[in-house]
Order: sequence, then C-alpha cells, then structure tokens
Amino acid sequence: MEISKQTLSRLYEQMLLIRSFETASEREYKAALIGGYCHLSSGQEAATVGSTYALEADDRLITGYRCHGFALARGVPPEAVMAELFGRAGGCAHGRGGSMHLLDVGRGYFGGWGIVAGQLPIATGLALALVRQQRRQCVLCELGDGAVNMGAWHESLNLASVWQLPVVFLVMNNEYGMGTSVERASAVTDLHQRAAAYGMRSERIDGNDLPAVIEATSDLTAAARDDRTPSVLELVTYRFRGHSVADPGLSYRTTEEIAEHAKHDPLQRVRATLVAAGVSEDELNALAAEAEQRVLAAVEWARADAAPEVSELAKGMYAPGSAAQFAGMLAGAPFGERELVFAGGLGQ
Amino acid sequence: MSTVETVTNEPSLEPQATEVMTYREALRLALREELQRDEHVFIMGEEVGVFEGAYKVTAGLMAEFGAERVRDTPISEEGFVGAGVGAAMLGERPVVEIMTINFLLVAMDQVVNHAAKIGAMFGGQVRCPLVIRTPNGAGNQLTAQHSQSFEGWFASTPGLKVVAPATPADAKGLLKSAIRDEDPVLVVENLAIYKERGEVPLDPEFLTPIGLANVARRGSDITLVAHSYATVRALHVAERLARDHGVDAEVVDLRSLRPLDVDTVAESVAKTSRAVCIEEGWPSYGVTAELAARIQKACFDYLDAPVERVGMAEVPLPYAKQLELAAMPGEDRIEAAVLATLGLRA
Repeated sequence: MEISKQTLSRLYEQMLLIRSFETASEREYKAALIGGYCHLSSGQEAATVGSTYALEADDRLITGYRCHGFALARGVPPEAVMAELFGRAGGCAHGRGGSMHLLDVGRGYFGGWGIVAGQLPIATGLALALVRQQRRQCVLCELGDGAVNMGAWHESLNLASVWQLPVVFLVMNNEYGMGTSVERASAVTDLHQRAAAYGMRSERIDGNDLPAVIEATSDLTAAARDDRTPSVLELVTYRFRGHSVADPGLSYRTTEEIAEHAKHDPLQRVRATLVAAGVSEDELNALAAEAEQRVLAAVEWARADAAPEVSELAKGMYAPGSAAQFAGMLAGAPFGERELVFAGGLGQ
Repeated sequence: MSTVETVTNEPSLEPQATEVMTYREALRLALREELQRDEHVFIMGEEVGVFEGAYKVTAGLMAEFGAERVRDTPISEEGFVGAGVGAAMLGERPVVEIMTINFLLVAMDQVVNHAAKIGAMFGGQVRCPLVIRTPNGAGNQLTAQHSQSFEGWFASTPGLKVVAPATPADAKGLLKSAIRDEDPVLVVENLAIYKERGEVPLDPEFLTPIGLANVARRGSDITLVAHSYATVRALHVAERLARDHGVDAEVVDLRSLRPLDVDTVAESVAKTSRAVCIEEGWPSYGVTAELAARIQKACFDYLDAPVERVGMAEVPLPYAKQLELAAMPGEDRIEAAVLATLGLRA
C-alpha cells in the first residue's frame, strides 16, 4: 500500500510518542508514582499505530489491558493517559481505571479491559448495536495471543460469524502470554487459522511492517463496514519489555532473543523508510525530541493534577438518579458505609 | 396467592385497570409493552424465539416483533451476556434471558467483572443499561446442577442491581423498571412462581420502583422477611400461623436485593421485635445472612429474640423427591422457625 511521506511521518510521530510514553511509564512506575499493573507495549508500535490508523473517526475500538499505545494512537491526549496512570482526577477514567482501563468514549474508544478475552464478547455487542442502529461503522477489538485460548474467544468469533457482525478481532501476537510462549500454549501456532473454524476471513502478517498493517486492517475494516464481514487479523510482533513493569521478562526468553528482535525495531524500520524518502536525520531526531518533550510535559501535568476526592468515592458506580433507590439501604449498613459510599456520591 | 377468576374483561384504559394473570404472563406483558415503547429494547437468549422460551415467558414475541428483536442465540452464555454488555454500552436496551440462574455462572465474568464495573471503573463516562432475566429455584427434581438460587452472589456485587419480584404485578412492574434503568439489573425469577396468579395493572406506565420493599401482609407479632418464591411461602405460613396459632405475622417482601430496603424491614421489626428471614438459597453468606446483620444493627434495642433464618439445607440438592423436599425451605420448616422464635410450641 502506498502511504504518503506526510502520513508516514505523522504515524512515526505517534510511534515515537508511544515509545517515549512507555519509557516514561516504566520510569515513573519505578519511582512509585504509578501503581498497580503496568503493561508496556514497546516494540508493538507499528501494529498499534497502523491498525488504529485504519479506523474511521466513528468506528469503535476496544482493547485488552496493554492499552497505553492504543489510547494514544486513537488521539487521547498523553496528559489524560499519564494522569490516569498516576491515579489523578484528570485521568481519562477519572483516576478510577489506571493503566489497564483507559477509555475515551468521545473518540470511540470503549475501554481497556483487564480480564483476558473479556472484551471480546463486549466487542460483538458493540458491533451488534452498530447493526441495530444501521450504522456503517465497525469495531476493532484488540486482544493478545493468550486470549485465543479462552472460551470467550470461541463464543465471540462464532457469534460474530453467525450474526454477521462488523468486527475485526486484532490478535497482537507478541509471542508470549505473560511468560508462556505461543508454542507452549496453543495447539495451532498460526493463530489466525482458528478463524477457519467459524468460517471467518483471516490474515496473518508481520505486525512490525507499518504499511502492511495499514493495508490489512483497512481491507478488513472496510469489509466489516461494507458487508458486515467479521474477521481475524493476526499481527506478529514482539514486546521488548516484560509482561508488566514488575517482570524483567528474562525467565522465559533470552537476552539474545530480545536483542535479535531489537534489530528489527519497528521504529527503526519506519525511520529507514523516511530517510529513504528524503527526510533528513536532523528532522527525524527533532521528531524524537519533540515526542520526548510531549511525554515529559504529560508527566508534569499528571504530577500536578489533583487526586480524586474521597468525597467522590462512589462516583459513577450507579447512574445519576439512583441515590433514591439506595436510600433504604443505609439502615444497618456496615461501619463507614455512610461516610464513604452514601456521602461519596452514590447514584448522584 | 389469589387464584380468583379474571376480574375484568373490559379493554379499559383507566390507569387502575387490572387483570388477573400468571407471573409468566405478567413478564410477557412487560416485555411486549417495552418492545413497543422503545425500539432499542430487544431480547436475546437461548430458545427465546422459535422455541418460544424454555419456560414460555417470551411465547409469541418473535411472531410479533421479528427475529431481529427476539433473537435466538447459540448456547454461549458468556458470549451473549457480553454481547448484551457491549450493545448496552452503545445505547441499546438488551434484555438477556438466561434459561436458569445455574447457567449464569458460565457468564459470571461478564456480569461481575464487566457489567458491574463499567460505571465506576470508567468514572461514570459510559453506562450499561443491561437487563438479565433468569429463574432460580428448586422443587422439580432437577438435582444439584439445576436447582440453585444464586441471587445473593450477585446482590453482593457493587455496580449491579438485583430485583426478585414475588407477585405478578411486581414481575411486570420491576421488569419494566429494570429495562428503563440506566444500570445493569439482574431480574431473578423463579421456576415455581411462573404459574402463580394475581392482579396486574394494565397501565403501560405502571412501574414498581427498584429499591422499595413491600409489606405484603400486615401483622404485629413477628416479621417474616423474604423475596421471590420465599415470599409466597411466607404468606402461606402467615395464614397458617393465624389460623392454627393465633399468631399475627407481618410479611415484608423485599422485591429488591440491591438496593436493599432495610428501612422497611427495620420499621417492621421495630414494631414486632422478632424476625425470621427466609430464602430459597443457602443461608450462609446469603441474603438472609445480610438481613440478619443489618437487622441486628438497625433494631438492636428492639429485638426480643435472635434473628432466625430459614433457607435451603446446605447440601447440593439431591434427586430423590423425599430428600429434595426435606432440603427445601418448606412451609413446615418456616412455621417451626417462627414458633421457635416466638417461644411457642408447634
């Protein structure tokens, strides 16, 4: 697929932003400013940026928990993502979700979800809603290679196929589900082949090849939009860091293996393409410096942002107007429930 | 429960007009009215369409509304409950039928880990107006895997709402309230209760509010607290107590388990000073456990006896009829619990 120099350059900026963001996330996690789980996607930038680029503005995106990159690629401001990682009120989930549960409904991003394959049934439901509402839009549902071994994968692919739902299941095959390699976990290692069991179209491509990712995702999302054809797209990629920041990622793979993959860093590949297209090294270095500055600014913004108020502990849990339904539940409530939950915005 | 004949055949549009119908028919009426009212409402589940429902609640609805709005699913509870979650997040109003609550366990992840979390985990920026309807209950020799009552499990989960109507009127009113609610609501029905009859308001705007218990029988000597089919049993027992023992029992029908209307329960217990809580499920960590804890706290100074509980014997339900009956919270056992709590002999 022919990608213009301008587009490639813009996508390269996104990839740089994600790489810088992940590097900063690891740093801030180790400085204890980010807590919980923190799953980095360094090495998967081409797959992330290319697949997201293929989406129209009104398509819907849903992902698993390795989702910083997808949020950024979809246009969520890095400040809102970093603030979420910092557990701040200005985070994109108001400090309620953290690293795994980013969200931006306005940008059609229906969340990062933390239970492996749990987002797949929801993706079929989003697609069902699009059909019911007669919208010519599609759903891109990201999952990891580990998720294909869940029952939810089987049920969702079958349902999508039986009901002809406009959803593309995007398998980010980074070769390991946590520390278990695809070979050790899946009877069929060409994961996309499983789609055949559901009469579903599928492809497996090099996920670090940005133009190839754009082309394949564009084809499949177009088929989903135009003909309600669901599909599986397997992007073969690699994560440079561990499963999460807490995992050095070395007990199940060798430093040699990681170094070998680093030679094929998707950022370097795109950079080489841009150089070949006549972009100067200075310009590219400037883009990298800019991305880093953008992330540093996001970190500063997040650091300065306020923590959510305890007086809003129960915010959002129930729809506005639900408080009256719960009024009778205060009698005999456990110690502290009145102050924390009822006064904490329950159903308001 | 009353089994009187239909009180009116008039096609009256008066808001107070009622008709005697079964619980099952009341649910169907609620579904039909909501399907007519809002095009975003649709039904999905196993055998809800062509088969007309495993328990016939949806009978006739596919013929009336089409296969798109009364949607048969494969046997994939996790898959289609999750599809309901996703559709609800995009503004649809899915009403998902699970054939019995036993099968809801394979969709537990979607209910508890997903639907229940959406409001809070994303800071209230997206809602999940999903309804799941499913019957609990035992009594048909369906044995260990098909005779359970898990509503307490779901009611213990913040983010969910759980209702369990005991009368045909509330079956209609609560299902309609659930469909119109902005949050995920589990509507717990019951296998034995489907055939119960009662007067049901015909007004399409008749709603039973979520979170409001109902004093189903006024009394002064003791409070029986129950929900769903246990309320039916409690009302029968109350009549027996009045007839055979001169005991005037008050029956509080919870109607809603989360939110739980402890106010109404506490008001009753403050008056009677004694409470027996009844459920179809296992009491340990159950609905009655929650009630006992809250009653002792809210009514500590009023209680003249420990709060008693009656539920399913804590065994996987056996097949043999005698064993099954012995395990269930039958009227004899409830009556015995009431008399013991009153310090009376059977």
